[in-house]
Amino acid sequence: MNLSIVEPRLDGQQNPHSRMTEGLEYHRLTEQICGIVERPVPRWWLPAFLTSLAIASGALFAATYLISTGVGVWGENQPVGWAFDITNFVFWVGIGHAGTLISAILFLLRQKWRTSINRFAEAMTLFAVACAGVYPLIHIGRVWMSWFLAPVPNANAIWPNFRSPLLWDVFAVSTYATVSLLFWYVGMIPDLASLRDRAVTRPRQVIYGILALGWRGSGRHWHHYEIAYLLLAGLATPLVVSVHTIVSFDFATSVIPGWHTTIFPPYFVAGAIFSGFAMVITLMIPARELYGLKDLVTDRHLDKMAKVLLATSLMVGYAYSVELFTAWYSANLYERFAFQNRLFGPLAWGYAIMVLCNVAIPQLLWLKRVRESVWVLFVISVLVNVGMWFERFVIIVSSLERDFLPSSWGRFIPTWVDLLQMLGVFGLFFSLMLLFLRFLPMVALSEVKAILPHPSHFKAGHTANESVQAVSRAKEVQAS
Amino acid sequence: MNTDPLPQPELLGVIASFEGPESLLEATMQARMAGYERLDAFSPFPIHGISEALGLRRSPLPWMVLGGGLVGIGLALGGMLYINVFEYPIVVGGKPHGALEPLLPITFEVSLLFAALTAVLGMFYLNGMPLLHHPLFRLEGFARTTDDGFFLTIDASDPRFEFKETMGFLESLGGKSVMRVEA
Repeated sequence: MNLSIVEPRLDGQQNPHSRMTEGLEYHRLTEQICGIVERPVPRWWLPAFLTSLAIASGALFAATYLISTGVGVWGENQPVGWAFDITNFVFWVGIGHAGTLISAILFLLRQKWRTSINRFAEAMTLFAVACAGVYPLIHIGRVWMSWFLAPVPNANAIWPNFRSPLLWDVFAVSTYATVSLLFWYVGMIPDLASLRDRAVTRPRQVIYGILALGWRGSGRHWHHYEIAYLLLAGLATPLVVSVHTIVSFDFATSVIPGWHTTIFPPYFVAGAIFSGFAMVITLMIPARELYGLKDLVTDRHLDKMAKVLLATSLMVGYAYSVELFTAWYSANLYERFAFQNRLFGPLAWGYAIMVLCNVAIPQLLWLKRVRESVWVLFVISVLVNVGMWFERFVIIVSSLERDFLPSSWGRFIPTWVDLLQMLGVFGLFFSLMLLFLRFLPMVALSEVKAILPHPSHFKAGHTANESVQAVSRAKEVQAS
Repeated sequence: MNTDPLPQPELLGVIASFEGPESLLEATMQARMAGYERLDAFSPFPIHGISEALGLRRSPLPWMVLGGGLVGIGLALGGMLYINVFEYPIVVGGKPHGALEPLLPITFEVSLLFAALTAVLGMFYLNGMPLLHHPLFRLEGFARTTDDGFFLTIDASDPRFEFKETMGFLESLGGKSVMRVEA
């Protein structure tokens, strides 16, 4: 059969309020977003991808060297047993949190502006968690024993310790990775179907066809789909809060001064959202520029994200000051010293960078002019990323360098393997992001279409009730 | 009498296209009021009120997800308690073997994991996904349902379905290009 069930599309200038323009508006959006994936790659893409991939190969090399030689190739040694590995792990997990916040929490709060950035932010979450996952895996040194983390008795018939925060962390991060993947994929199914229906080459038809699982926009499907999406958002919200809480337990349940504090869970969650929003802004500004998405990711979006950045910066700043106050008020010698050491010790420069980037500079966002100048915002967001990296570094390393006994103090100096590993994982992150932009719809099409203003009398909210009443009236008439 | 040597394809129903979400919603309501039950409305995005217009019952998914979450709690808590008390009893931090407090974080995570998996797999099950081919995909313009197309179908299995009459009915609702859906 080769019949068309729709009239040919009318193009040209129409009355902006006619129904035809509405259809065109949907179609224009599909063209805009699917077009990114269908058109030949822009000229900058391949060089950018190859560069990222080259950098990522550094991570592979550093990890191979580490595994084949031993963890001694890193700068870590007693007393600093955790340094770049866990710093980067916490950094990347934290980045991921903004994606879940945007996609789940803002969804539950009915913040409709989220729809044009949520897919992008979710992809960022997923790749950030993948990057985070690299570190715990390799930092155990003997990676072939990583299965000792799994809830099965190990080679000596010993079970893992379920009472240990480190094992909680394994469960938290792996659950987070799985749920983020599910949320991202489920949200993408209708858009994958759009790509399938527009595909012209056989491989595209087959691959997008399989990924779309036969989605055809049926009202009966949307019915369950919307509930599933809502439930996933409801589940992801406590999950995202629990993940960084549990990550902070890795530190808070220890006895190291500077780690052993009850403020850590909320402090870490606020920091995670702060750093994640900074990363979304860092990535979104160039992406919307390069792909011409300024009508979807508007200046208003950036303004709102800048405000979230400012709010979380204040929370983080508050946590920094409470931490200092508690150290002083506790009257505990070691606790006080830990913070003296953080402020004035060998890593004082790191602490200074942290306060400058995370608390001082973001105050510029109070000014409307700063929030409106895109590239200033971009620079601030990059600095926040730097500051948040240093936050984790300072917390982890400065606390370990000088704890109770001065005779067992030490220093941490990163080696080239540490630095290459860190750089390489950034390469991995950007490679994955570029692949995502190339092959998957970067804006949640079906969600954006659903919130387009409808020109006619279609009033959401009333219609549902009216239809139910009308149908039940008709049933009564038939029955009588 | 049918002189066609080839067997006729089975008639599955009729389909009509509509201009936008409002007209599709309106048509769906009208069709239901006219007594049709086996309808489906196709759209590129969820239309507010379409579930009610189609007369769908509340989705059982929330209950399935609750069940999944409870199974997760039972499995995690039961498993860890069994291991801590019988399989590998060891004192950690001077606490009793059966202490529940340190087991809460993992129980919470596993429960969420099971609930989320149930939400996704349950939705697939309820929607009959994956179903990689469907007779509707053979209609050329139908691909626009994921772009800017809005369609209403009435199944041939509907008790009120009369081919000519139903075609005419869809046309009277303002449906464009009303046509057969064949297996």
